Amino acid sequence: MAAVAERRGTGSAIVMVAYLMFLLVPIYWLVNMSLKTNAEITGTFSLWPQNPTLANYRTILTDPSWYMGYVNSLTYVALNTVISLAVALPAAYAFSRYRFLGDKHLFFWLLSNRMAPAAVFALPFFQLYSAVGLFDTHIAVALAHCLFNVPLAVWILEGFMSGVPREIDETAYIDGYSFPRFFVRIFMPLIASGIGVAAFFCFMFSWVELLLSRTLTSVNAKPIAATMTRTVSASGLDWGVLAAAGVLTIVPGALVIWFVRNYIAKGFALGRV
Amino acid sequence: MDKPVNNRAWFLVLPVLALVAFSAVIPLMTVVNYSVQDTFGNNQFFWNGLGWFQEVLDSDRIRAALGRQILFSAIILAIEIPLGIFVALNMPKRGFWASLCLVLMALPLLIPWNVVGTIWQVFGRVDIGLLGHTLAALGLDYNYVNDRLDAWATIIVMDVWHWTSLVALLCYAGLQSIPDAYYQAARIDQASRWAVFRFIELPKMSGVLLIAVLLRFMDSFMIYTEPFVVTGGGPGNATTFLSIDLVKTAIGQFDLGPAAAFSLIYFLVILLISWVFYTVMTAQKDAP
Repeated sequence: MAAVAERRGTGSAIVMVAYLMFLLVPIYWLVNMSLKTNAEITGTFSLWPQNPTLANYRTILTDPSWYMGYVNSLTYVALNTVISLAVALPAAYAFSRYRFLGDKHLFFWLLSNRMAPAAVFALPFFQLYSAVGLFDTHIAVALAHCLFNVPLAVWILEGFMSGVPREIDETAYIDGYSFPRFFVRIFMPLIASGIGVAAFFCFMFSWVELLLSRTLTSVNAKPIAATMTRTVSASGLDWGVLAAAGVLTIVPGALVIWFVRNYIAKGFALGRV
Repeated sequence: MDKPVNNRAWFLVLPVLALVAFSAVIPLMTVVNYSVQDTFGNNQFFWNGLGWFQEVLDSDRIRAALGRQILFSAIILAIEIPLGIFVALNMPKRGFWASLCLVLMALPLLIPWNVVGTIWQVFGRVDIGLLGHTLAALGLDYNYVNDRLDAWATIIVMDVWHWTSLVALLCYAGLQSIPDAYYQAARIDQASRWAVFRFIELPKMSGVLLIAVLLRFMDSFMIYTEPFVVTGGGPGNATTFLSIDLVKTAIGQFDLGPAAAFSLIYFLVILLISWVFYTVMTAQKDAP
């Protein structure tokens, strides 16, 4: 039995190493390129940089038109996460605790927004936000991303909230807690991991989205992802800086994953395990 | 099941409703509005009935894009779901290595989509990319810019690279919830590896698999940024999926009427297929 288990363990390890290699090699190649000069990238072919240089990173971190892209992206991502959670929390509580007129339809309708292709909304969003004077602001992108983040946040939070027994609510009311005080002081700490997971997903989908954020911004709120595409089409050849910019977009995500690593498995199941 | 009926709960839902009304209903109404009108410019619109819908449904170009889209989503699901399950079954169960695997596997999910495209665009190039260079060194005639098959293969491998981890992490979460007692019982019964998978692990994963299939279907059906960066829809129209075609029509050519009708049909197709998946998979679960 032990021998069988051990043989399976070795097999699993080989599978995992192969899969992780598959995931990491393309990322390694980007890092590799970001540490080379353009002459080295196009001139020679090497598996690691012969003369490692940080010049590409220096270009990005000293040029406002580059690094402001990161600031803009992080600003609207943070705004979006706060707005999404603020509206999703009470709604998720309502869905998990009560039945009310039209609740199931409302829930499915909310989720159907998650299925709407961003391409469908690009043009109407552009017109809507131009009409109300929000074009090229961080709040416009944050609100637009609520389209798919709010339904997801409601869905995740509802799953976590349903895992909390209702007796806790009832006991709190008997003890004389008002609803807002109960919600903030007792209930939110109980589902803290769920809130963390929902925040993680909001961050993730807002951070990776490009189509809407590019359509809704021109200069002041231009995200880093759009800065990259425009540079490619303009010069077309600055591979080193492009690679360095790409590597820097991976860093915030990697940091966030590290902080939520213990909740990640449950979070990916949206609290429904 | 025994939730109390309380219509005042509506007040708790109101903020979401207001926000989604602003960010979804108003834009969608704009789309509906455009889809039934035609214009000669100068913001003068007149009623066009269902003409645009007729045109979109009859358009060979859009039908071809829809065909490619369905083929793409089918291939993606056929590869990513089994591969994701397979990887999840082989992940370490706990401890440092489990955390490390989780973090590394989640990494591709948090890379902005156009950077994913850039990574593969570079990686596949014959002159400076490791993949293209290696394939060329092996004597294969690989060129994703000119060859349709290579372009498709590149985009599919890219999507597998990008999203298989999501399926694997979901399944891993499902597997974590199986108590050890189940496995012990299976060992006493001398159940085969396949039987353990078929009768213990798969049923326990069915809930998360539904989420995985739905999310992967919806997102692969809406895919835009990654293929746009890698191939720009080419060579020819070989990798022009629905979203790419739609953005070309709406923002590139500013053909509002056809784009709007196209949008609505597109949205309805996704809703319909998602609903079918949902119904079939939950019906299976309810059956004995």
